[in-house]
Amino acid sequence: MPTGVAQEMTEAAALRGAAADSARRRRAYARRYWPFVVPAAAVVLAVIVFPWAFTLWMSLQEWKIGGGRSFVGLANYQRLLTDDRFHWSILRTLYFTALAVVIPVVLGVAAALVFHRRFPLRGLARTVFILPMMATPVAVALVWTMMFHPQLGVLNWILTQFGIPPSMWVYDANTVIPTLVMVEVWHWTPLVMLLVLGGLASLPVDPYEAAKIDGATGWQAFRYITLPLLMPFIMVAVVIRTIDALKAFDTIYVITQGGPGTASETINIFLYLTAFAYYNMGYASAVVVVFFVLIVGLALLLLWSRERFKDAVR
Amino acid sequence: MTEITRRAALRGGAGLLAVPALIQAANAQSGFNWRRFAGERIEVSLTANPRSQILIQNQREFEDLTGIRVGSEQIPEQQHRQKFVIEYASGRPSFDVISISLHVNKRQVGRAKWTMDLKPLLADPTMTAPDFDFQDFGAGAVAYSTQADGRMDTLPEFTDYFILYYNKEIFQRANAQLPKTYDELYELAKRLTDARAGQFGFVGRGLRNANVVLYTSFLLGTQQRDCVDANMRLMTDTPDAIWAGEMYKKLLRETAPPGVAGFNWNECQTTFAQGRAAMWLDGVGFATPLEDPQRSRVAGKVGYAVVPAGPAHHHCCLFGTGLGISAASNERKRGAAWLYLQWAVNKTNQLRFLTSGAGAPARESPYRNEEAIRASRFGRDYFETLIASGRIARPGLPEIVPVTEFRDTLGAGLTNMIGGADVAAELKRATDAFRPVLEQSERAS
Repeated sequence: MPTGVAQEMTEAAALRGAAADSARRRRAYARRYWPFVVPAAAVVLAVIVFPWAFTLWMSLQEWKIGGGRSFVGLANYQRLLTDDRFHWSILRTLYFTALAVVIPVVLGVAAALVFHRRFPLRGLARTVFILPMMATPVAVALVWTMMFHPQLGVLNWILTQFGIPPSMWVYDANTVIPTLVMVEVWHWTPLVMLLVLGGLASLPVDPYEAAKIDGATGWQAFRYITLPLLMPFIMVAVVIRTIDALKAFDTIYVITQGGPGTASETINIFLYLTAFAYYNMGYASAVVVVFFVLIVGLALLLLWSRERFKDAVR
Repeated sequence: MTEITRRAALRGGAGLLAVPALIQAANAQSGFNWRRFAGERIEVSLTANPRSQILIQNQREFEDLTGIRVGSEQIPEQQHRQKFVIEYASGRPSFDVISISLHVNKRQVGRAKWTMDLKPLLADPTMTAPDFDFQDFGAGAVAYSTQADGRMDTLPEFTDYFILYYNKEIFQRANAQLPKTYDELYELAKRLTDARAGQFGFVGRGLRNANVVLYTSFLLGTQQRDCVDANMRLMTDTPDAIWAGEMYKKLLRETAPPGVAGFNWNECQTTFAQGRAAMWLDGVGFATPLEDPQRSRVAGKVGYAVVPAGPAHHHCCLFGTGLGISAASNERKRGAAWLYLQWAVNKTNQLRFLTSGAGAPARESPYRNEEAIRASRFGRDYFETLIASGRIARPGLPEIVPVTEFRDTLGAGLTNMIGGADVAAELKRATDAFRPVLEQSERAS
């Protein structure tokens, strides 16, 4: 056997041996340290995997609390397909979410641009602006409820001072969702402002200097530099707001309980009533599964959009 | 000097040894042993309301009397209902005594046998104090606490009637007389409505679910009276049901404040307390806030009356709460809980309910206590209204398991009526939607 070939074979064998050694070491490492993973895995199983598996299993049952339980297969999902109240609750949720995302994001970006500039008492103004965010949602909702009273509420009193006819606010089916969105906007615009303000503080100054030299106007600098560079931050705000708005419950329940009639019954209110007022746990579990799919779908769509914006900026 | 013989000394010693047993036997005959469960601790779960407040404020009396320690919680009504149902479903409720809204949970609790039958305890003289006087409870309240199978699984605590609150000042200004029928009520409410001046003839619940009890107040005055027949078939789209719906619609649409479709009892109370409504039909429990000058502009000007009659009958809605003992508790705790129940609904506490305006007691004796009534801050018409309402009271909601679903389904239709929807069409829609739910529930029963 030529010396060169033998040497190559020896090297190959040595490499194989080294690879085998490395694999052995990895296995030994895994054997030695796997118990450390167990607590975390147990927690994940107990608080995420098990509830999900249990919910899926319950969605296949006809189970009313206080009564018996029986396996019904996909009957609960079939019922969802023909349940008008459920369909309307989805549409209302989407309507509420669209308004409760777009308006705070637009206002939050505008507020961030204002608060990014230097002016006297800027710190105080920023603090006052973010105060609503600190308030407890239920307490906020109770205060708004009093203010919305059509005859005795302060909001209608203010409107009449300016010669504007009083509104029915949450006491009318046509105005209830926009009014609830108004509460959301008041409450959560500061969060968007904070996120975007952080983004503004991290923007580089070079592009602005270059644009200035090239004679760009203020609007052009905003449109072609600030906005694209801010887009990742705005997308984070959109994702957070979307998830928040989709799961909004406390404010709506305290102020309207889904009324008047079912005019503000979003999917969360419908779900809550089905589970904890009608005690129909099987059907409610099916609603949860569908709702989860809806949220995951929307979140994936938003994350995909965010990646696209990132690519566009690069 | 008399000599003590050995025989006499032995006889005397035996007599001394027998003294404690003799005293115990004598006590058993003359006094009830309230301390037989001394050292025990029980948990009591109540709904948040002025009556629970009275019980909690005075529970030291019970603890001193029995040596039993009591842990009490009070939770807002809706959340309380959910909590106890979930806890019972878990199999290990955290309480031994539970307050139950009979108009919502009676059938549910009865079907699942979550609370124990109290009749054997009532019949046992070693467990029931001789002065408990069960005969003092009104027959209606006892019937309300008794299940269809004869088990009495709660002790009546409170009966709630719908009454008519009216603003005496507005009535006087308009020289108005109390309406005797619902048609008169509507005519008068129209006459007293002056929307431009911010005054309305009537206010009542318009919010989905809460509004059904106002609707059934009207329905109780019709020939059919109830929402279900004897076979538990739904009767909410009949001509009588439509008459009640039309009355509901025209009263709330034409004589109530704008936005009433979103009013629950608290908005109604605010409107009436601010002097914006001439009449309000609701439960008896609002006298206290209405007569409080710090919170009400109509304090001292509120009139109380029984509800008007319908075209065929004269009834007011009856609701109520009862106190039950958890069947899941152990025997000793159940015994201690029974002593608590006897104390909680004794004559003293029931009189406290009445004279503080916390609500209508289930016992009859408080209404006969002239001295306490004279000393009360409420006018005589308040007490007379309660007594008269008790005579014409009839359950305001059907005794079915899915009561909340019934209220939501029918209530959404009623709210739509305030918006102008056709009464017959809305009732038909609600009836068709709820009928399968009720049929399924009855099959399960």
